[in-house]
Amino acid sequence: MTEITPEIVAEHGLSPEEYDRIVAAIGREPNLVELGIFSVMWSEHCSYKSSRLHLKKLPTEAPWVICGPGENAGVIDIGDGQAAIFKMESHNHPSYIEPYQGAATGVGGILRDVFTMGARPVANMNALRFGRPDHPKMRHLIAGVVAGIGGYGNCVGVPTVGGETNFHRAYDGNILVNAMTVGVADADRIFYSAATGVGNPIVYVGSKTGRDGIHGATMASADFDEDSEEKRPTVQVGDPFTEKLLIEACLELMATDAIVAIQDMGAAGLTSSSVEMATNGGVGIRLDMDKVPCREEGMTPYEMMLSESQERMLMVLKPGKEEMAKAIFEKWELDFAVIGEVTEGGHMVLTFEGETVCDIPLGPLADEAPEYDRPYVETPRPAPLEDEPDSKDVMADLEAMMGSPALASRRWIWQQYDSQVGANTVQKPGGDAAVVRVHGTTKALGITTDCTPRYCFADPREGGKQAIAETYRNLSAVGARPLAVTNCLNFANPQRPEIMGQFVGCLEGMGEACRALDYPIVSGNVSLYNETRLDDGSSMAILPTPAIGGVGLLDDWEKSASLAFKAADEQIFLVGETPHHLGQSVFLKEVHGREEGPPPPVDLELERRHGEFVRTAIGEGLVSAVHDISDGGLLVALAEMALAGGMGADLHLERLNARNRAAMLFGEDQARYVVTTTDPDALRKSAKENGIALEPLGTTRDDGQITLDGNDSIALDRLRAAHEGFFPTLMEGEL
Amino acid sequence: MKSAVIVFPGSNCDRDMASAIESVSGRAPEMVWHRDSDLPAGVDFIAIPGGFSYGDYLRSGAMAARSPIIAVVREAAERGTPVLGVCNGFQILTETGLLPGALMRNKSMHFTCRDAALRVENARSVFTHGYDEGETIHVPVAHHDGNYQTDADVLDRIEGEGQVAFRYLDDINGSARGIAGILNAKGNVLGMMPHPERAIEKAHGNMDGRRLFEGLFEKVF
Repeated sequence: MTEITPEIVAEHGLSPEEYDRIVAAIGREPNLVELGIFSVMWSEHCSYKSSRLHLKKLPTEAPWVICGPGENAGVIDIGDGQAAIFKMESHNHPSYIEPYQGAATGVGGILRDVFTMGARPVANMNALRFGRPDHPKMRHLIAGVVAGIGGYGNCVGVPTVGGETNFHRAYDGNILVNAMTVGVADADRIFYSAATGVGNPIVYVGSKTGRDGIHGATMASADFDEDSEEKRPTVQVGDPFTEKLLIEACLELMATDAIVAIQDMGAAGLTSSSVEMATNGGVGIRLDMDKVPCREEGMTPYEMMLSESQERMLMVLKPGKEEMAKAIFEKWELDFAVIGEVTEGGHMVLTFEGETVCDIPLGPLADEAPEYDRPYVETPRPAPLEDEPDSKDVMADLEAMMGSPALASRRWIWQQYDSQVGANTVQKPGGDAAVVRVHGTTKALGITTDCTPRYCFADPREGGKQAIAETYRNLSAVGARPLAVTNCLNFANPQRPEIMGQFVGCLEGMGEACRALDYPIVSGNVSLYNETRLDDGSSMAILPTPAIGGVGLLDDWEKSASLAFKAADEQIFLVGETPHHLGQSVFLKEVHGREEGPPPPVDLELERRHGEFVRTAIGEGLVSAVHDISDGGLLVALAEMALAGGMGADLHLERLNARNRAAMLFGEDQARYVVTTTDPDALRKSAKENGIALEPLGTTRDDGQITLDGNDSIALDRLRAAHEGFFPTLMEGEL
Repeated sequence: MKSAVIVFPGSNCDRDMASAIESVSGRAPEMVWHRDSDLPAGVDFIAIPGGFSYGDYLRSGAMAARSPIIAVVREAAERGTPVLGVCNGFQILTETGLLPGALMRNKSMHFTCRDAALRVENARSVFTHGYDEGETIHVPVAHHDGNYQTDADVLDRIEGEGQVAFRYLDDINGSARGIAGILNAKGNVLGMMPHPERAIEKAHGNMDGRRLFEGLFEKVF
C-alpha cells in the first residue's frame, strides 16, 4: 500500500493542518483511496470552505421558494402545480485549457443538475468573460467556447436563449464560462438527493467511468500558472448524445415511483455524489467497486472514485424496482449497474476484489469539513471623478461605443446556438431577457444573466447590488415578475485579504438587494482562485464577477414587451431621473480609455418602484417597446431600440438642461427604462399617480436616422454596420 | 387519419413536430421508435424530425438511414405515403437515397440558427400546395450541416422536373443554387432544412410553417 508522504498530501491540494485533521477524524492514517476522497470533498470546489460562512448570510426564502440552496438546483413555484428549477455553474479553468470541451461539459453538468431534480430542461443561458479581444489567445478561446456551448446544447435539444459576454484584460489568463439551465417540473414530482432506506440498492446509470477528469475539482481549486495547459488531461470530454439519452431515460423512470433519491455525478464524480446522497439522508453507503462500469481495463478504486467522466448519475431505488428501471436504461442503450446499498452507521465503505479499500465516517467528509473565516480587507471606496469629459461629437462617440467590444452585437455568438428548439421561445437572444413559454400553458418564464464586473471591482458592495438590480430590471423590461435568482460567484484567490474583501463586499450588496426586492437566491456556485501567476512572480486576478441569473414569471406570454421600436410616430419616454453619473461608464472606458470613479449608486427602492411601474404598464398595454438602460446609458439604449426595430427617432433633450451632455447621454445611472407608447396621456397619468419620473424624449420616425435636438444625426445603416461588424471582423478577419 | 413521427436516439425536434401535427390536425401522432420494424396500421403521413440522431456520429443521418424502421419508411414512401424529413430528417432521407444529394457542413463551418426567407418554387406538391408559386415565406433554420450539394446533372434534372420545393433568398449555408428543400420525383417525399414546425402559432412569431401542414392534411386526410 502506498505510504502517505507530505508530498502526496501536497499533491492532493491539502494543507498539513488539513491532513492532521483527517488523521484525527478517522483515528489513523488514511490510505490513498481515502486521502483522494478527502481531498476532493475538502477542495474549495466541493466544500465551499472559504465561502460558506458568508453564503449563509444571503436571503434564500420566500413563500414561492420550494427548495433553496443545498440541493442540485433551486426550485420555485410558478403556479398551476408547476415548478421552475434552475442553477448556474462555472467551468472556468477547463474552458481556458481546452475551450471546446471545457465549455461543452459545463453545459452538460448544469443540465444534469436540473434534470436530476425531475425537470425537463427548457432553456440554457451563459455568462462569458474573455480577455482583451486582441490578446493572441482570445480568438481561439472565444471560438472554442462558443462552439462548445453550441455543440452540446444544440445536440441535447435545449434552446440556448441568451446570455452575456464581457471583455477585460483581467481575464486574459483566466476566462470565465458560466452556464445556466432552467427546467420545468410538476411541483409534486421533484426528486431530491437524500438516500434513505437501509438495504435499498444504489444504482449507477449513464456512461462508463474512464480516467478523464481525475482531480478536476482539485484543479478548479488552485491558482493557474503558465503551465496550466499541461493539465489538459484533467479536462473531461463530453458526449451530448449520451446526455440526451440520459435525460430521456431519467425522465421516463421519474414518471414511475421507483426512485428514492437521485444525484448527478459532477465535480468529484462518484465520490461527491455518493457522499452527498448518504449525508443528506443521514445514512451510510457501501459500494462494490468491482461493479462500477469502467471504460478502461485495470482501473483502480482510487481512479473510479475521482474520475469526472461525464453523463453519469447515481440513484437509490426502491427495492424490487431494479428490473423495471434496467429495462428503461437498456432501451436507451445506457449502462445500468447496481453497485451498492444504503447502510446504517454513517460510514462510506468501498470494497474491491474482496478487500475493504475505504472505510471512513461521512461526517468529517461533508458536514464537518473545514470552514474558514478568511481574513479580509474592505475595498476602499473610489474617489469621485475629478474631471468629467464631455462629448465633442455625440454621434461619433455613439458610433464608436456601439461598435466597441463592450456593446457590439453578440449575434455572431448567439446565431451559433439553437435558440428555438422546443418551439416555446417567445423572445430570442438580443433582448433584455429571454422569454420562454411554459409548454402547454399561456405562462412564460423570463430569464436573464447579468453582472457588471468593472462596477464590482470599483465598489464591490454597489457592484453586488447592481448585478441583482440589473437582472430585476431586465426581467421587468419584458414584463416578467422577478421571482428568484441563482448565482455564480467568480473571484480570485480567497487567501488574499483584498480578494476576500471583494467577495464579502459583493455578497453584502447582493444580499441587501435581494432582501429589498423580495428576490431570494435559491441556488448557486462559487469559483475561487481565478487568477494567473505570471512569470515575474506577480499575479493577475480576475475582476470580481458575481454572475447573477434571474428568473421571472409572465402569466401570459402575449403580454411580454420587447425592445424594438414598433412603429413610427410613437412617443418615447424616459422612466426615471435625468442621468448624470459617468464613473465606470462604457463612455469613459471606450472613448477616453479611463476606468475610473465610483460606479453608479443603486437605489433599491427606486428599482422596485420603477420595475413595478413598467411591469404594470406592459400588462395594461400602455407601452409598445421597453428597454432597460444599462451599459452605455440613455443614447445607447435608444440606439439599440432603433436598430432592433429598423426605425429611427427624433429626440429632443434640450429641456433636460444637462450640465454635461456626455453625462446625460452616456451616464449609467440605475433604475431607468426607455419606453414607447401610442397613448402618452394614459402613461403620464399612471406615472403621476404612482409618483414616477417620466420625461418625454421624442418620437419614433421611419426616416432611418437618429436625430438629436435637430442638429446631430446618424444613419441607422451606419450604426448597424459598426454594431454588427465587431464580432465577424474579430473572429473571421485576416490575422 | 393517422400520422407517425419517427424517433431516433438523439432526435430532439420530435416533440415539436408532434405538437405541430396535433395543433394543425387536432390529433396527436403516433411516436414510432427506431427499433420498431413496423409502422402503426393505417398511417397516412410520416414525419422524420430534426435533431442529432445517433449523435450525428459517423455522418449526420448516416446511422439512422440504416435503422430497422427506415426500411419500413422506405416501403411506405414507395407506396406513395407522404414522408416529410426536416433538418436531420432531410439528412436521413438523402442518406437513405429516397432523395438525391447530400447535406454538407455549412460554408461558414458554424452552426447557424436564424430566420430564413424562402421562395416557394413548387406549389403543386401535396406538401406545398397551400403556398403560391414564387411566394416568399419565412421559416427558421438551425443546422450545422445544411449545405445541399449534388452534381450539376442531378441539379439540372431536379430543377427541370420541379423537384426543388424551396430556395433560400439569402446564401445561408452555401447550398447549391440556394436549395432549401427538395421533393422526390413522385412528389410524396419532401426533405427540407428549415423547420416548419417552428412557425406554427402566434408564439413563434410567424405562422408560415403552418400552411405546409394545413395543405398536407387537407389532401391526405
